Amino acid sequence: MKNNDSNSKTGEIKKFLDYFLEIVNEAVFSLLANKIRSGLAVLGIIIGIASVIVMLSLGQASQKSIESQIKSLGSNLLTIMPGALSTGTVRQAAGSANTLTLSDALAIKNEFLNKYIIDISPELSRRSQVIFERANTNTQIIGVYPSYQTLRNINLSSGDFISQFDIEGTRQVAVVGPQVVADLFGDGVNPVGKMIRISGKSFRVIGVTLAKGGAGFFNQDDMVFVPLSTAQKLLFGTDYLSSISIGIKDEKLMNQARDEIGYFLLARHKINDPYQADFSIMSQADILQTATSVTSTFTNLLSGIAAISLLVGGIGIMNIMLVAVVERTREIGLRKAIGAKNRVIVGQFLSEAIILTLLGGFFGIIFGIIIYFILSVILKFSFIISLPAIFLAVTVASIIGVVFGYYPAKKAASLSPIEALRYE
Amino acid sequence: MTDVLIELKNITKIYKNHFIETKALDNISLKINRSEFIAIMGPSGSGKSTLLHILGLLDKPTSGEYLFEGKKTLQMDENTLADFRNKKIGFVFQAYNLLPRIKALKNVALPLIYAGVDKKNREEKAFEKLKEVGLKDYADHFPNQLSGGQQQRVAIARALVNNPSIILADEPTGNLASFQAEEIMKIFKNLNKEGKTIILITHEEEIAKWAKRIIKIKDGKIIN
Repeated sequence: MKNNDSNSKTGEIKKFLDYFLEIVNEAVFSLLANKIRSGLAVLGIIIGIASVIVMLSLGQASQKSIESQIKSLGSNLLTIMPGALSTGTVRQAAGSANTLTLSDALAIKNEFLNKYIIDISPELSRRSQVIFERANTNTQIIGVYPSYQTLRNINLSSGDFISQFDIEGTRQVAVVGPQVVADLFGDGVNPVGKMIRISGKSFRVIGVTLAKGGAGFFNQDDMVFVPLSTAQKLLFGTDYLSSISIGIKDEKLMNQARDEIGYFLLARHKINDPYQADFSIMSQADILQTATSVTSTFTNLLSGIAAISLLVGGIGIMNIMLVAVVERTREIGLRKAIGAKNRVIVGQFLSEAIILTLLGGFFGIIFGIIIYFILSVILKFSFIISLPAIFLAVTVASIIGVVFGYYPAKKAASLSPIEALRYE
Repeated sequence: MTDVLIELKNITKIYKNHFIETKALDNISLKINRSEFIAIMGPSGSGKSTLLHILGLLDKPTSGEYLFEGKKTLQMDENTLADFRNKKIGFVFQAYNLLPRIKALKNVALPLIYAGVDKKNREEKAFEKLKEVGLKDYADHFPNQLSGGQQQRVAIARALVNNPSIILADEPTGNLASFQAEEIMKIFKNLNKEGKTIILITHEEEIAKWAKRIIKIKDGKIIN
């Protein structure tokens, strides 16, 4: 009895499978009968899925590259910038005010050196034109102390970094990034000893930093380092700083150090209300958060647009299926006349829609990955295939197939067999 | 003792649209026994197609009662009716209504899919029926590779494949030349000899002559 039962059960499953295969087989045949039309309908889904994959993957890759670049700037780092960052009323952008001085930096160092601080790096950074013979480039010029090298993990591929002597002597020497070398001297040239002009003043190149990689907003290879004193007096004519980087001994001390340094600096600037502070202090984590929140907003926006194209693709599928229902009215009538139940007709048209969208999903993934690969080469992003993105794309594609295929399928099933048979 | 296959009691069918009501069938009562061969005749608009659709469970009458093998059909839901059409009734249409994308054999096997027969049995049975209508060499042909007469024979094979109680044919020779029509009618006659119940609609005396019983219908009423 039991045996019999399980036999009939496997029989049922076999029957269902056979039935299912037959429906899929028929769906494939009828789609092949209209290759161009099916292809065009699929194209919408392909574009939608491909763009979702490209956007999500690029977003993820840029997030990763920003993270790794900011980490390579040195962890356990606090950065003081002039001007305030938050509060409700309209403020100037951080970094634009002239409130931080070298004596601020030195006072902080004296006050906290043994307590929290490993070292401190006052910085003055502006963009400027750099010229070598006939080549020129616009790049970031940073006036630094020697401590910059240790705090920011700068390694040199040749020559030396800015030294204390260079600072004291206000020497016209420069350490250049590999991107600058490539732009000014060409690849593979060692520029150490060559003379370049920054803002009309000539500088001798004394070192080249090792490539850190990266692109876009945070390209650390596209920089020129000069002594801080030279930058202030000779190049930009200012006594102020654009930032102070502070290396903290232990990551656990970061928050405490930030608060104490903040109050110390407030007192130095004779400000009582912390909300009126003329500077802001950020940790690497803060910077990371800001940067990633910007890119993730951007990624979300682009993915949203991609999702809309996917929706449009889905509407395309529905359109095609509606046309197919009208075209095959007689066929539907015949099928119903010879015994097809409504759910069979629904299944037939639904499976056609799902096959279309899954095909679109499949090719969309392939095209998406290819486009993403090309973009990652061009933009020098890391190439990481995002599995969640692919999973999402396939899920969305099948959901679209079901959602946009259901209405036409239902419409087909609801046709009356005689009306359908009469239809010419 | 006669074996009643179909019984219609006071069947009326009224078509309505926004402007007019048309009485397609007017209080028709009819008994059909097993193994009958009936031709329903009448001018166009007489209601003969409507009658066939109701007999074939494709349409429901506005009022009346319809017993098929003693079972009341008007209370059945759509799925039960689909099963009935699948297993008990074979349809043959004027325009053949074969699916153009699939070969003759698969066209014949189509009702068996809906009956849940597995692939091997489907093809065996379908081939057997093709042989019966004299098309065993055409199993791999697509409908558009066949003549009108051949297509209609494929359609008859399809109607027979599930071994139905009755064959309903709606002007089966309407699109055919007379020599082809004769072939089709010979097939029907043989089927009837083997015991199949056959009802066909026609407006041609020539065709109706093949049947054993002729029902004439005019203005929705049986007139003989």
